[in-house]
Amino acid sequence: MAAGGGIDPIHQFEIHPIVALRPFGLNLSFTNASLLMVLVVAVISIIMIYGSSQRSVVPGRLQSLAEMIYEFVASTVTGVMGKQGMVFFPLVFSLFMFVLAGNMLGMIPGSFTVTSHIIVTAAFAFLVIGTVLVYGIVKHGSHFFGLFVPSGVPGWLLPFMVLIEAVSFVSRPISLSLRLFGNMLAGHIALKVFGGFVVALLAAGGAATIIAPLPLLLAVALTALEFLVAFLQAYVFAILTCVYLNDALHPGH
Amino acid sequence: MPVRSSRFVRHGWAGLVASVLPATLLVGAAAAATPLSGEKAAFPPFDVATFSGQLFWLAITFGALYWLMSTVALPRVGAILEERAATISRDLDNAAQMQAKAEDTAKAYESALTEARKNAQAIAQASRDAGAKASDERRHAVEAELSAKLAQAEATIATTKTSAMTNVAGLGSEVAIAIVTKLTGQAPSASEASEAVDQVLARG
Repeated sequence: MAAGGGIDPIHQFEIHPIVALRPFGLNLSFTNASLLMVLVVAVISIIMIYGSSQRSVVPGRLQSLAEMIYEFVASTVTGVMGKQGMVFFPLVFSLFMFVLAGNMLGMIPGSFTVTSHIIVTAAFAFLVIGTVLVYGIVKHGSHFFGLFVPSGVPGWLLPFMVLIEAVSFVSRPISLSLRLFGNMLAGHIALKVFGGFVVALLAAGGAATIIAPLPLLLAVALTALEFLVAFLQAYVFAILTCVYLNDALHPGH
Repeated sequence: MPVRSSRFVRHGWAGLVASVLPATLLVGAAAAATPLSGEKAAFPPFDVATFSGQLFWLAITFGALYWLMSTVALPRVGAILEERAATISRDLDNAAQMQAKAEDTAKAYESALTEARKNAQAIAQASRDAGAKASDERRHAVEAELSAKLAQAEATIATTKTSAMTNVAGLGSEVAIAIVTKLTGQAPSASEASEAVDQVLARG
């Protein structure tokens, strides 16, 4: 990824069209980001649909994986929201798998990380909060807004508490989207920077060549950490989604 | 529950700060790095020109994923898991039933065995009793026969003895007559002699 002789850690986040599509003046080109999104769906579908196509009582390897993921997400959903939470199971499952597969495919060198773009993570966050709002209001009506009125608070404190709760609610999609975006972006930049150090040190020659393995070791360690982060952030995203959706199910404090 | 809500507030703020801080730093770094990379002005994640296309493809792909998962994959995997759970519980039930049946059979076998043992003991007792009774009867019969024979023999002995004694008395009086005749030359009468013999016999 050398650009103009240097190592550009930002290059990996660039989006370039593969098939240009510009209907009605909108830029809807099929880009490398779109390609990765399609690949994400393809990978998940292979595991979940092809893997379960045998429907065997004694599962094969791929079916075991599909069942393991299903039970993992299902236990997360029921753990946070209880049995009723299973209405949101497909949503949480799709979000978790999309984010996880996006993060993991982004770890392939030369690939593109879908979740390193804030518009993608923000879209997910607003999808979650939108679901909370729509479901909460449809299901509970005005009672849903009891979410902002904590019980057992003295009257004079109530306006402040409502304000704080409202700010907390509004900050949720922001923190949800920025957390995932920031983690993926920072991790990939750090990896690229340390990788760049290796190349730069080798290119410098002389004594610099001798210490070139040091950033390489760091890059290796960082790669392992990034795999952990890739899973962890997907899990955190799923857990927080469950916590927020739980408010739509049980708005009373 | 103010504790819970305040925790969420704190968490919300902490998350916000934790997310914004590195992001801001990175934006700063990116802004600093961008001139080095050349003509690209906007930091790619914040390039508004790409937003519409990303949202469009994200909507298509995520919509497709949601549809595939909610209609095909998740019901299928759920059904597989349910079927497995049902199969396992059914097998366990079957095994429990089998075990109960086996235990019943074992119990029935045990009771049959004890009954048979009891019967065998009763039969043995009965046959032993019958044997003892039969041998008793035979013994009694033999004893009765023997005592009858004994009585008869005693009776025979008694008559024989009586006749023998009579003979002895007769013989004694003849001998006494002969002795007295020899000694005294005078023959006593038969009645005197037999009386005297009787007296001696009665004494001896």
